[in-house]
Amino acid sequence: MTFPSQVLAILWKDIRCELRSKQTWISMGLFALLVLVIFNFAFDLRVDNKAAIAPGALWVAFVFASLLGLGRTIATEQEKGSMDRLMLCPVDRKAIYLAKLLGNMLFIGVVEIVALPIFAVLFNVPLFTGELLPIVLLGTLGIASIGTLFSAIAAATQAREMLLPILVFPLIIPVVIGAVRATGTLMVPSINEPPWLGLMAAFDVIFLSISMLMFEYVIEE
Amino acid sequence: MSAPYLEIKGLKKTYSLKPILRGIDCVLDQGERMVLLGANGAGKTTLLRILACLTKPGAGTVRIGGLDIVREAQHVRHLIGFVGHQPNLYDELTALENLLFFGRMYSVRQVREQAVKLLQQVGLARRAGERVGTLSRGQIQRLSLARALLHSPRLLLLDEPDAGLDDEGIELLEELLREHAERGGTTLFTTHNFERAVKFSDKICMLGGGRVVYQQATSGLEPVGVRQAYQEALR
Repeated sequence: MTFPSQVLAILWKDIRCELRSKQTWISMGLFALLVLVIFNFAFDLRVDNKAAIAPGALWVAFVFASLLGLGRTIATEQEKGSMDRLMLCPVDRKAIYLAKLLGNMLFIGVVEIVALPIFAVLFNVPLFTGELLPIVLLGTLGIASIGTLFSAIAAATQAREMLLPILVFPLIIPVVIGAVRATGTLMVPSINEPPWLGLMAAFDVIFLSISMLMFEYVIEE
Repeated sequence: MSAPYLEIKGLKKTYSLKPILRGIDCVLDQGERMVLLGANGAGKTTLLRILACLTKPGAGTVRIGGLDIVREAQHVRHLIGFVGHQPNLYDELTALENLLFFGRMYSVRQVREQAVKLLQQVGLARRAGERVGTLSRGQIQRLSLARALLHSPRLLLLDEPDAGLDDEGIELLEELLREHAERGGTTLFTTHNFERAVKFSDKICMLGGGRVVYQQATSGLEPVGVRQAYQEALR
């Protein structure tokens, strides 16, 4: 079985399981919407402060909703002993990582697709430009690449719900800062901003490579 | 004389400074069926997990089909069918979907035909389209056996495969083990039932305190004799 078919087979299995259990998507989506609604009512939004607050609110919703999902994808495997079964299979461990990463990105992506229009309406910001897509994609990839690796570490412990944010938050700070600032410059263009997209892409490449290499050692006993 | 199919030499394993296996030496020829007996915590499950490449050995060597289980783990995984304490199936997938998924993972040719055939063999053909989460414990155990046999492994590792099975299921297990041996497959399994230990195996191996304390061919042995030997060996 080729590497891409291994990735697709595991991804297909994860999607099918999630579509039937609906455990991850619903909790992630509701959480993201709740954050957006609360922020919308908590801040006194005016035209002059919107660009400072709205991107932060959007990415807080995405980051926290992502962590809910990231914690579950590998934890559900561990809980039912299925990770053993996956580990028993003669599949490349990088294929398992990549499938879990793509699954996480897909779950987060669906939540983002639902949350973005609501965000645009609640915060009254014109976000639907072609430039938003790479920001969301790179931001999501950064969060998911680190989150997938660390969810595997956290899943093996008793206190995984507590451990995952502690491990992940410090590492995703650069990509979250980049995503917030890049989203902000979409609303209020500025000529003095660093190339946030480039920085996010560099961050993603570094952490994706490190995570893929380390996953095998993390997941094996 | 050909080399044994499974060869364990000086195998040790420690968890958090607590020794679980203190030097296991054991060989098993192709086509043989060996039962592992021992009290809870004797190290049976740890030994099976090491052989299944799920846990790394602390010291010693293990060769399966001439391959080292640490250095050639990916190749060894093709040779092994494993049934553990957990069913290792996905509750949200149907019985057939589970087999199809694992079949793809093992690159099984004509996976659908093979999966359907195995479902019939374990008596779950009519429940092929039902989710695993809705099956009974015994049916899940049958499906676990089907999953372990799906890629025609050379070595079957079964950790208490009789757990949760009714009389019909036990007969099925016996039949599956016999067929596996007839095809030249090797089997290593654990049980707490002495009758089945004698009936299903060619060799008995008892673990106590992380060591092999008794090894004997089963032919001519009675369950009562095995029980006595077990009690004496573990005294």
